[in-house]
Amino acid sequence: MSLLEVKDLEVRFGLRKGDVKALRDIDFTLKRGERVGIVGESGAGKSVLGFSILNLLSKPGYIAKGEVLFEGQNLADLSPKELGAIRGNRISMIFQDPMMTLNPVLTIGEQMVECLMAHRKITKGAAREIALQKLKQVYIPSPEQRLDQYPHELSGGMRQRIVIAIGLLLDPDLIIADEPTTALDVTIQAEIMELMLELCERNNVALILITHDLGVVSQVTQRTFVMYAGRIIEQGPTREIINDAQHPYTQGLINALPQMGIRGERLRQIRGAMPTLQAVPQGCAFSPRCDYVTENCRHVLPGFTRSGGCQVACHMVEEMKREEQRSAEGSEE
Amino acid sequence: MNAIVDDNAPSMLQRFRQSHFWHSFCIDRVAQISFLVFVAYLIAALLAPFIAPYDPYDPATIDIMNSELPPSWQEEGDSAFWLGTDAQGRDLWSTILFGTRVSLIIGICAVMLQAMLGICIGLVAGYVGGKVDSLLMRMADVQLSFSTMMVAIVVLAVFQATFGTQLYQELAMLMLILVIGIAEWPQYARTVRASVLAEKEKEYVDAARVMGLPALRIMFRHILPNTLSPILVISTVQIANAIISEAALSFLGLGMPVSQPSLGSLISSGFEFIFSGSWWITVIPGLVLVGLVLVMNLLGDWLRDVLNPKLYKG
Amino acid sequence: MQNTETLLQIRDLYKRFSISGDLLDQLQFKGGKLTRHQEFVHAINGVSLDIAKGEALCVVGESGCGKSTVARTVMGLLNPSSGTISYEGKRIDDLSAQALMPYRKKMQMIFQNPYASLNPRMTINETLSEPVSFHNPSWNKGEVRDKVHEVMFSVGVDPSWGVRFPHEFSGGQRQRISIARALAVDPEFIVADEPISALDVSIQAQVLNLMMDAQEQRDLTYMFITHDLSVVEHFGSRVAVMYLGTLCELATSEQLFDSPRHPYTKALLSAIPKLQDDRPNHIKLQGEVPTPVNLPTGCVFHGRCPHADKRCQEEIPKLIATDSGSQVACHAIEEGRI
Repeated sequence: MSLLEVKDLEVRFGLRKGDVKALRDIDFTLKRGERVGIVGESGAGKSVLGFSILNLLSKPGYIAKGEVLFEGQNLADLSPKELGAIRGNRISMIFQDPMMTLNPVLTIGEQMVECLMAHRKITKGAAREIALQKLKQVYIPSPEQRLDQYPHELSGGMRQRIVIAIGLLLDPDLIIADEPTTALDVTIQAEIMELMLELCERNNVALILITHDLGVVSQVTQRTFVMYAGRIIEQGPTREIINDAQHPYTQGLINALPQMGIRGERLRQIRGAMPTLQAVPQGCAFSPRCDYVTENCRHVLPGFTRSGGCQVACHMVEEMKREEQRSAEGSEE
Repeated sequence: MNAIVDDNAPSMLQRFRQSHFWHSFCIDRVAQISFLVFVAYLIAALLAPFIAPYDPYDPATIDIMNSELPPSWQEEGDSAFWLGTDAQGRDLWSTILFGTRVSLIIGICAVMLQAMLGICIGLVAGYVGGKVDSLLMRMADVQLSFSTMMVAIVVLAVFQATFGTQLYQELAMLMLILVIGIAEWPQYARTVRASVLAEKEKEYVDAARVMGLPALRIMFRHILPNTLSPILVISTVQIANAIISEAALSFLGLGMPVSQPSLGSLISSGFEFIFSGSWWITVIPGLVLVGLVLVMNLLGDWLRDVLNPKLYKG
Repeated sequence: MQNTETLLQIRDLYKRFSISGDLLDQLQFKGGKLTRHQEFVHAINGVSLDIAKGEALCVVGESGCGKSTVARTVMGLLNPSSGTISYEGKRIDDLSAQALMPYRKKMQMIFQNPYASLNPRMTINETLSEPVSFHNPSWNKGEVRDKVHEVMFSVGVDPSWGVRFPHEFSGGQRQRISIARALAVDPEFIVADEPISALDVSIQAQVLNLMMDAQEQRDLTYMFITHDLSVVEHFGSRVAVMYLGTLCELATSEQLFDSPRHPYTKALLSAIPKLQDDRPNHIKLQGEVPTPVNLPTGCVFHGRCPHADKRCQEEIPKLIATDSGSQVACHAIEEGRI
């Protein structure tokens, strides 16, 4: 059985001027121990997806359609108490800002012990022992001392390590990390990413990594979802997407990276900007910025086409696949 | 963060009608009613000479024989004076209209004076910073440690004693505006300074400095417009406070003279008759005053909620 | 590069900020004596840089390394604690606001946060025409308007949008307007303080391209502050790497990316997440960035450097030219140890 299954999820925000679709047609499964990356620009709905998996959406957001199954159990059906047992225990979340997780007036040790004792029936001493062990796992120097320190006494990188240690505290099956390294410097980012990769592999923990940085995704994940205007427009094995992206947006995103450009020459830019959720165009949301746009793209929302290991929502790819199939049938005859 | 979709720029009126401000006004009953009542007060004050059936400032229209008549719905009431008359035989309705006018003029003018002083001092303190800031803010602290009433009582009493009641009665309104205005400027200075400190950190101020714009222009043209929201909020509350201060001073006999009564001096003048049964001379102007201060405070509360960006940024 | 004309010269620049509050807070009662005790953040510690006409010098470093402080000091937003800044050979760091005015027209700045760098209460037209009419007081309204339209057009913003307010624009469009504001006074030299780090990837490319176009068309010189080395490879002609307020390495971008010399530069380069890599393989640095309040003695990097020895702990290394033409401040390289 897959660990997490998201079926035809649609999330809306009830605004003054009517409902706005923040997510639509979200459909994927996640196996135990699998690492996936969700990539997209700000406003693409990546964070909303992370929140709606945990049913953490706050007003005015709500799930309009579809379901999120964790080990076959629909999270929307659970009582707040049952949901609380899954959150933090089975699924933990790591945010961009470590101070969203850490309480500034409690020491690191108090917070970790409290979290352990809330979910498990153990003594304070045993909880402290586990906390210490987890701090060692994230390679924090002199972990015994850190337990008695307050969050503000630590550097940003160290805090994010602590947050990861707290995330691992209850041996979860799934970690959702929302831009965990965006606030950090590159050298620290590299260390944190390496740490997360190592921990996930060693403990067989599944990871959903939400980020805008394709470089990070390519280093850490096995599968990648590319989001645009609330929709996953391409999903597939990370290597395949990086080396041979099918969707024009994914291609554009990769080609626009400075490291893909030729020194001293102009970068290959995508024109225009992503529409706001209130003004998503009819048909394919990317059509106003696409170089291969046809009349069809402007009116009909593209369905998903299988291409290699990837699923792509693009009329052009669909057309090409149909063409291939036809010629294959032709040659058979 | 809306990217532009259509090409026609909205006019000022359209912008206003699409704004969060207008929307929250449309859904908030309390704000609407308060605003309507406040506008009614304003109109009554402005048009007092036309609405009022009698002129309370003109001794020729006053007949002492009409004194202490109860409101017209009471048995002994006279239909010519629907709210009754005061101890001198003035029509209470006309006197209240003129009193509201006096109270509002004093409140608004005093607040304008406070705002002018406070905004200038707060802008300079926040923008220049350093020693100037410390000096100005210590001055504000000292000023705040005297209560407004104490300063006002001392100043007004000394003035009255030195220059005589005659001159005092002529200059009463001006004196009240000056005293209340000067005593309360630190409220503005502090609020403005706090938002200037926040705005100064933003890069548009740096951009203006890089352009070489003079400090005064940066302060008044770039920073001041961005601090208007908190200024607007405290202004409503400060007007209410100023009206109360004026009423309190008048009640103590240091405010407007009986010949030119404000709401406060009306309440005060009726107070000595309250136990002889003429309750209306005190109670009716009192209710009018409470109503006025209440709607100002309600409007202030609503404004603070609307203009506090933390509450609606989603 | 050496024989071209130097536009901006920074010599031995130091900047420290007091973090001890005002005089009353600084007084301490110790051992029966009242002493004045002050603590400083040492943001810049002896930086010397030359920027040649027409080049794009990138200043790279991690947060807290003082790169933004250098930019703000150059623009006169901060006063240096010591050292000099000269523009076309004339010292500008000690000029009065009045005497600085001609340079305000020649030097402009682009800021990091597109949401804070435009005055929210001014329309785009007002924002753009203010510098034009301020620096060209003799121009009439029509001339100012033509200039504003010209710069808006050149950054790809429709001049008919000028009547709108900043909140009606997206981040990328706002950054274009910020660039237009800087270009409106026809400057020669632009300091860009992390102009793309708040933008999305696809918009970053647009803004970078726009800045490169502007450089070509208007013959601009850039000082480009960034934390992102991969941008530098594309944009800069020369790169200055900073660590804790000091310069570690100064090289052309080809040299820096093909053969980085300083141990810190190497670590920084290896930490960029690359698309081709399957997993991170960066050079691990020991420890953390020390606080700029208590600077380490000697080389500021010695606590984290794998090649540090006794000399590194005691003596501050000077920038020396290497055989490859780049300048590096490192004892180990000077001695030929690495």
